[in-house]
Amino acid sequence: MTDTARKAGRRRAALKNALWVLVFLAPSAVPLLVFKLAPMFASAWVSLHKWNMISPMEWVGLGNYADLLTSGNTWEVFSHTLLYILGYLPLVYAGGLLIAVALNQKLKARGFLRAAYFVPVVTSWVAVALVWQWLLNPSNGLVNHLLGLVGLPQPGWWTDPTWAIPSVILASAWKDLGFVMVILLAGLQAIPQEIQEAATVDGAGRWRRFWSVTFPLLSPSTFFVVVISLINGFQVFDQVYVMTGGGPSGASQVAVGRIYDLAFRYGEAGTASALSWILFAVILAVTAVQMRGQKKWVNYA
Amino acid sequence: MRDKTRGASLPLGRALLWIAVALGAAVMLFPFLWTVITSITPQGNLSGGPSLFVKDPTLSAYAELFESIPVGRIVANSLAIAVASTLLQLVTGSMAAYAFSRLAFKGKQFVFGCYLATLMIPLQVLVAPLFMMLTRMHLNDTYFALLAPNIASAFGIFLLKQAVDGVPKELDEAARLDGAGHLRIFGRVVVPLVKPAMAALTVFAFMESWNSFLWPLVVIRSPELMTLPLGLSYLQGQFTTDWNIVMAGSVVSILPIVVVYLFAQKHIIAGMAHTGLK
Repeated sequence: MTDTARKAGRRRAALKNALWVLVFLAPSAVPLLVFKLAPMFASAWVSLHKWNMISPMEWVGLGNYADLLTSGNTWEVFSHTLLYILGYLPLVYAGGLLIAVALNQKLKARGFLRAAYFVPVVTSWVAVALVWQWLLNPSNGLVNHLLGLVGLPQPGWWTDPTWAIPSVILASAWKDLGFVMVILLAGLQAIPQEIQEAATVDGAGRWRRFWSVTFPLLSPSTFFVVVISLINGFQVFDQVYVMTGGGPSGASQVAVGRIYDLAFRYGEAGTASALSWILFAVILAVTAVQMRGQKKWVNYA
Repeated sequence: MRDKTRGASLPLGRALLWIAVALGAAVMLFPFLWTVITSITPQGNLSGGPSLFVKDPTLSAYAELFESIPVGRIVANSLAIAVASTLLQLVTGSMAAYAFSRLAFKGKQFVFGCYLATLMIPLQVLVAPLFMMLTRMHLNDTYFALLAPNIASAFGIFLLKQAVDGVPKELDEAARLDGAGHLRIFGRVVVPLVKPAMAALTVFAFMESWNSFLWPLVVIRSPELMTLPLGLSYLQGQFTTDWNIVMAGSVVSILPIVVVYLFAQKHIIAGMAHTGLK
């Protein structure tokens, strides 16, 4: 074969390869580019403008960001979001851990029980939020009825500014308990039995064995639950929209709810985009801090 | 499943533990039972205080539900969109996974990085510009608008790529020696071997589409294009105190996904445990 013929052959092979790359990648690359990356850059551009989605955009530079950061409303929605996370995370983690440890024992009908705890995870937030709104109905809901029977005070739940966020926390913890349980169960099953046995031989009791062996060895799963819960927690929206609508009088408005209102209720697309980038930055920062901090407390075997 | 911790040593202790866990499970399932009970309670009895035993149970709430919103159409919409987006994600995802795992090309790392970047953008960053873009294309308030953000999912591609990476390359070589091209290797060798990962992606994609709310809320206006979560939210606005009707709607929305779950339970729980995605 001559040198030129070999070169041409190689070029043809390269062309063929490029064609195959195109065939296999285009079906995913085009939609991701058009419906994810392009709107992402568009959103960054829009956030630098004043825009009601009808008249032409007006350049304001970082004005939207400055307005948002100096507005009390922004701090309020973020503090509500944070309050939600602070209530939700410990509740769902402690509950999930308790059930995971219990269901890791040899119990009768264990498979069924695991499945039962998991059912709420697969249902839609809107349906579940409506069910909880009804359960927590202040006047004729089941929860207040039961509280009344045992003589406890009956809060106004989602109609009361103090109880609106706790209502959402309660419903969210109920829905996500099964998810946390599954992650922690998988973690528990990955702990080598020999370590447990060694601890038993050393005379460690059940309680001691859990706190000084099982719990530290479970830390990768714990870490995962915390990271995912924080990411999802900052983006809480569906259940708030359905249960409280952000009310009463804004008492439970969260960051994403505010973004939705700004864009689709008040027609302030620029401010809405800016707020969504601030939220994104917060989530990114919180996740980065956790990734960095994990060395201090997460044990990787 | 293997047991790594030992069970309670005392039979009594174990019995007590079982009772506690079973009671907990009953508490978890009770809201569903309550939803069904409320949906068959006559409207007049709802204000009288809750009762487990329904006097004169009736299906009138379901009748009213079917009269006030096009339930059949709404369920069909949810189903069609969920099935379409799942199929699209499986096809686009497995093809991209093959490309990233098996084809050599310049800038592969960069392209894969761009894919992963789309995974990190929260939906709320995209809603306003995506809404505007679709409005300009006159595609708002259409089925296509509902599907658009879910044609390809970086999460699915990532999941499938990990699975394809696990398929031994020797199998490709053997097929190539037999004269198979990329399409044959992809369809006959790789895809059949990553079925478990595709099953997991099927479950995630279906659930996500079936339950999604924010995006349909933004792009859909016409009642005949509504999906279930939208229909439910609309119902809540229409019947603020008719809890039996709202709960009938919840039953209609919850029942199909719970049935799917009961059939695919093992895949779902295993898939969740491995990838940890909600």
